Amino acid sequence: MKQKVTQIIQKYNSDKGFLVPILQDVQKEFNYLPREALSAVGTVLNLPMSRIYEVATFYKAFHLRPRGRHQLSLCLGTACHVRGAPLIQDNIERALDIKAGETSDDLEFTFETVNCLGACALGPILVVDEEYQGQVTLSKTNKMLKKLGKKVATDDEED
Amino acid sequence: MKKINSAAELNQLQEAAKKRIDPDQPCIALCTGTGCLAYGTQKLVDKFREEIQARSLEDKVTIRTTGCHGFCERGPMAVIHPKKVFYQRIKLDDIPDIIDKTVLNDEVINRLLYKDPQTKERIALEEEVPFYKKQMRLVFGMNGLIDPTSIEDYLGIGGYGALAKALGGMQPQGVIDEMIAANLRGRGGGGFPTGWKWDATRKADGDPKYVICNADEGDPGAYMDRSLLEGNPHAVLEGMNIGAYAIGSSQGYIYVRNEYPLAVANITLAIEKARELGLLGDNIMGSDFSFDIVINRGGGAFVCGESSALFASIEGRTGEPRAKYVHATDRGLYNKPTVLNNVETWANVPLIVDKGSDWYASIGTENSKGTKIFSLVGKINNTGLVEVPMGITLREIIFEIGGGIPKGRKFKAVQTGGPSGGCIPEKHLDIPVDFDELAKLGSMMGSGGMIVMDERNCMVDVAKYFLSFLEGESCGKCTPCREGVLQMRKILDRICEGNGTMDDLDTLEWMGQAIADGSLCALGGSAPNPVLTTIRFFRDEYEAHIRDKKCPAGVCKALITYDIDPETCTGCHVCARICPTEAATGEKKELHTINQETCIKCGACFEACKFDAVKVS
Repeated sequence: MKQKVTQIIQKYNSDKGFLVPILQDVQKEFNYLPREALSAVGTVLNLPMSRIYEVATFYKAFHLRPRGRHQLSLCLGTACHVRGAPLIQDNIERALDIKAGETSDDLEFTFETVNCLGACALGPILVVDEEYQGQVTLSKTNKMLKKLGKKVATDDEED
Repeated sequence: MKKINSAAELNQLQEAAKKRIDPDQPCIALCTGTGCLAYGTQKLVDKFREEIQARSLEDKVTIRTTGCHGFCERGPMAVIHPKKVFYQRIKLDDIPDIIDKTVLNDEVINRLLYKDPQTKERIALEEEVPFYKKQMRLVFGMNGLIDPTSIEDYLGIGGYGALAKALGGMQPQGVIDEMIAANLRGRGGGGFPTGWKWDATRKADGDPKYVICNADEGDPGAYMDRSLLEGNPHAVLEGMNIGAYAIGSSQGYIYVRNEYPLAVANITLAIEKARELGLLGDNIMGSDFSFDIVINRGGGAFVCGESSALFASIEGRTGEPRAKYVHATDRGLYNKPTVLNNVETWANVPLIVDKGSDWYASIGTENSKGTKIFSLVGKINNTGLVEVPMGITLREIIFEIGGGIPKGRKFKAVQTGGPSGGCIPEKHLDIPVDFDELAKLGSMMGSGGMIVMDERNCMVDVAKYFLSFLEGESCGKCTPCREGVLQMRKILDRICEGNGTMDDLDTLEWMGQAIADGSLCALGGSAPNPVLTTIRFFRDEYEAHIRDKKCPAGVCKALITYDIDPETCTGCHVCARICPTEAATGEKKELHTINQETCIKCGACFEACKFDAVKVS
C-alpha cells in the first residue's frame, strides 16, 4: 500500500499543496481512504495525521469507510429538489434500510446524495454505478432496485 | 506541432484552420455535453460515423462532436450545416434518414423538427426556434461550432486572435483600461468590476502574482461554467492568458469541481495543446511574456467557491474562509496578489479585447454590460442554458425562451442566485435582469442559476431546502453561520411539521439579519436570503403552515394526507400493489381506500395512479 501511495505522491512532486488531489488519487486506487494509506501519505509528505484527517473529513469527496459494490448517487440540486427528488430519497433509504451517506452492512450498496450534477434537464437524476438515469420516478427507482437484487413492490408484475 | 512564434504565424494557422469549419460545407454538429451524453448521444456519434463510412462520405461530410448547445430539454440533438437545420430527440433509427435525406438531398425531416407547443408549427432552422431566437449567444454560441478537443477548430473561428492583439499592440495597462471601459462585472456572483480587480492586482506589491479561474461551480441548479469548460476550454485559457499579461503574472490555476469529469478532461487536453503550440509556456507567441496553468480539482465543498477558501484549498488545506479586510488583489493565494475570476468572466475577456470595449458596453443596461448565461431549470418547458443580454425581463426568459410552465400549471416563483439568492414572485417578473435590479428584490444574480417553481412547490420547503444545503456546506469556522443557519433550519422544520408559531416568523427575520451581519464570508452573509425573500413575498404560505396547519402546495408530509377520490377510482389496484406499507387497499374493480394510520406519505400511489384518483390535501 505504501508503495502505491508513494507513486501517487511522486506524481505531484511530493508537494504538500497537492494534498487534496493526492487523496483523490489514493481514494480512486483503494475505493476509499484506508487508515494505513492516510498514515503512508503522512509519512511521505511529512505531515501530521491530524492535518490529513482534517482535510479528509472536510471535503465531501472523501470516504473513510469502504464503499458498497453498487453505488447510488441521487442528485439533490435545486432543480431535482423541486421535481420531487426528496420522495425518491425516502424511497431508496427505506428500500435499502440505510440513510444517505451510508453503506449497507453486506457492502452491497452505498447510497449518497450529491448537490448538483449539472444535468438539470434530466432531473431528478440518479446515478447508478456511474450510469446516469434521468427523470427518475418512484416506480423507475423500484424497478432499478429490483434489478440490483432488492425486494421492492413494483407495478410491473402480474397478479 | 511547431510552436507559434509571431502573430503572423498564428494568422497563417487560423487561415488554414478556417477551412475546417467552413460554414458552407456539410457538417453534422452533434451536442455531446454532459446532458446529451446522459441521453445516450455517444451511441449516436458512433452510428453516424459508421453510416458515413458505409457511404464513403468521410471526405465530404464532417461529423463534429461539440459541447453543449444549451437546449438540454430536447437532447439528443444535432444541427445540420450549412443550412443549420435543427434536429432534436434523435434516435439511432433516424440516422440513415438524416444522412440520406437532409445531408445529401437537402430534404428536411419533419418528425425530427422542434414543434412549437403554442402554434403546433414545426420549425426547421435553429435560429428560428423560440428557445434560441431571443438569445444573444456571444460567448456560448461558439460551443456549437467547434469540437472542444480540437485547438484547430478554435483557431478556425479566430481563436487566440485577441491574445495576439494584446501581446502585439497593447500595453498591459491598456488591456486593463479596456476592461474597465467595458465594465465587465464578475459572473460568479459578486458582480465586482473585473477591470478594477485587475488594476488593483497589477498595482499591488508582491511577486509572483497569480491568476485563478474559479470553476468550483457549486450553486445547485447552475451548470453554465461546466458547459463552457467542456465546450470551449480555449476561450477560458485565452482569457486567462490575457489577464495574466495585463497584471504581470506567469502562473495560473484552474480550480474545478471534481464532479465535472468531462470538463476536467477537456481543459486538461486544451492546456496540453496550447503548450504544444506555444500559446502557454515560455515566450508565448515569441514575446517576452510567459505563462502556464495548473489544474486543481476541488474536493466537493461549496464554500471553496469563496475566494479565500478557494486559496486555502489550492494550498492543500481545508477550505475555510478568512476575514476580508485584506483583499485578494493584495494578498490572495500564498499571500500574493491574486486575480480570481469565474469561468464565464474569463470567457468574456477575449471578446472584449477582440471587439473593443465600446462594442461590449453597448450591450446591456447602464451598470450591467454584456450578456449573461443562465441555467433555466426546474418547472419549465425548455430546460437549458440561455445567454441573454443584460436587461431582458424575467418574463421574457421564462415564458418566451423557456416556453412557460409544464402541464399547464401556474407559475409561482423563480429562484435566482442559488443558495445565496432569493425567490421572486410573479408580480416582479417584468423587472430587467441585471445585477442591481435583482439585488433590489433581495435576491442576486449569483452565478446564473434560475430555478422556476410552480404551484406544486412549497416555498417554506424550498427555504428549508436551501438552509439544509448551507448547514451541510458551512465550514463551521464562524458561529453566526454554523449555529445560526442550524437554528433557522430547525425553526423551518418546526413550521413544516405544523408546530410553528407566528413568533417564529419574527425570530427568523431578526436571526437572518444577525447571521447576515455577523458571518465571516458570503456563504453565511447571504444564507438567510432564501428565507427572508420567501417570508417577504410568500408570507401567506408560511401563515397557512402555522395557523391552518396546511401546506397549500401539498409538499410538507406532516401537513398533508393522501386520499382516493371515489368518483375517479376505477379499482385498477395499482396503488395497492405498489404501496410499501399496505396502506392502500381494496378489491379489484372496486373503490380503494388509504389507511391514514399506516400511510407513510411516500407518494407512490399518487405517482402511479393513471386516473389521477389519488388526491393530496
